[in-house]
Amino acid sequence: MKYIDEFNDPELARRLLDEIHADATRPWALMEVCGGQTHSIIRHGIDQLLPEHVELIHGPGCPVCVTPLDVIDQALEIASRPGVIFCSFGDMLRVPGTDRDLFRVKGEGGDVRVVYSPLDALELARRNPDREVVFFAIGFETTAPANAMAVHQARRLGLTNFSLLVSHVRVPPAIEAIMTAPSCRVQGFLAAGHVCSVMGMAEYPALAERFRVPLVVTGFEPLDILEGIRRAVRQLERGEHRVENAYARAVREDGNPAAVRMIEEVFEVTDRNWRGIGPIPQSGWQLNEAFRAYDAVHRFDVTGIRTEEPAECRAGEVLQGLIKPTECAAFGTTCTPRTPLGATMVSSEGACAAYYLYRRMNAPAAHATGAAREEMNPVA
Amino acid sequence: MCLAVPGKVVSIDDSADPLTGLIDFGGVQKQACLSYVPDVRVGEYVIVHVGFALQRLDEESALASLRLFEELGLLEEEFGDAWEQASRDAGVAAVTEEPRESEAR
Repeated sequence: MKYIDEFNDPELARRLLDEIHADATRPWALMEVCGGQTHSIIRHGIDQLLPEHVELIHGPGCPVCVTPLDVIDQALEIASRPGVIFCSFGDMLRVPGTDRDLFRVKGEGGDVRVVYSPLDALELARRNPDREVVFFAIGFETTAPANAMAVHQARRLGLTNFSLLVSHVRVPPAIEAIMTAPSCRVQGFLAAGHVCSVMGMAEYPALAERFRVPLVVTGFEPLDILEGIRRAVRQLERGEHRVENAYARAVREDGNPAAVRMIEEVFEVTDRNWRGIGPIPQSGWQLNEAFRAYDAVHRFDVTGIRTEEPAECRAGEVLQGLIKPTECAAFGTTCTPRTPLGATMVSSEGACAAYYLYRRMNAPAAHATGAAREEMNPVA
Repeated sequence: MCLAVPGKVVSIDDSADPLTGLIDFGGVQKQACLSYVPDVRVGEYVIVHVGFALQRLDEESALASLRLFEELGLLEEEFGDAWEQASRDAGVAAVTEEPRESEAR
């Protein structure tokens, strides 16, 4: 219980843990969908505070990690072209493509910019009418309203030198894919809170019913996660499978309707490849017909790029919850944050990076962090 | 990037399109789009993700979250210099700086 003092309300944390310990009479396997939750769990040692027979399986909810390799290579190709300003969120800089990353493209002379918001990329396009400004629009439902607004504004302002390289993914089809995989062990989900802040909860009851799993909408802070686990375990012990909202302070039943309307105005549902996992039907968004002129894939004609992942990297199994990062032979040896084989070792939300930062060599998490941080900037 | 950070609405620019406001994240101030929470008022708290306010939040939980984020270094990660961090991770000298686009606005 040594990490419990780091919780912002240790008393409440202890009470939630006591309830989980009292409730859990059988082995249960829960999946936290979101990479931000994974990081919080490993950082605070939440998995080690739970009863031994309550397992947390880390899910695929890290947008940086699941952006497919061929899209990364498309980004690298576009960013290398003269006349292009390529804008990205900071956490994509070191995601490995087939033979380099955006960080290296910049070193080789590409004009790669880090933006905080997609509207910053739009502003760059307005100020540089003689350049093509491309924004790398990745993310789950949480990020889609921002990216949709950027392209919507571009059209309104008549900016023709702005485009999006879109690799948007959606959570509910991923849950379906996980539950229908033959090797699935997941019995309940902590659903990603901020995804539901945007989308609401309407898509989840059908999944809970079909797969007979509790789905508890959960926040990102340690106490939120404990509360999500407590509710999921309680449902499982009672043989229930309902959708519950354990993050009501930020999630309304209907989400944010204005944001959803903007997503629907700009995007349409499409099949998507997930890095390390493969194709999942209807699991993404692409620009719809009305906004297709802003699609960088067509503007720069990079549709022909096909790639293969390094065989040594088992990120796909990690993302599906089939193995823990430490079960991969490359973990911490050939694959480190400095020389990542897969995106899960790079992103602040990647499970491999979280384990490298806090669990390397089975050192106690609290002591491992200092050493690891010298090599890798603290990410959570 | 999936982080959504609570912040206090300091001011609102009604003339901006899309609707924009200045948000204070425990001392760091940034502009954010308020189009998705159009009825928000100065002094209220919102959750902001990549420059967009997504929902309102009550003051007590917003302040508790901000304290935690500060302690965990998450604010530095969200608003710090991504090139500097990438350079450190890659183990190379810092890449020549461009001004952060959000700061140039």
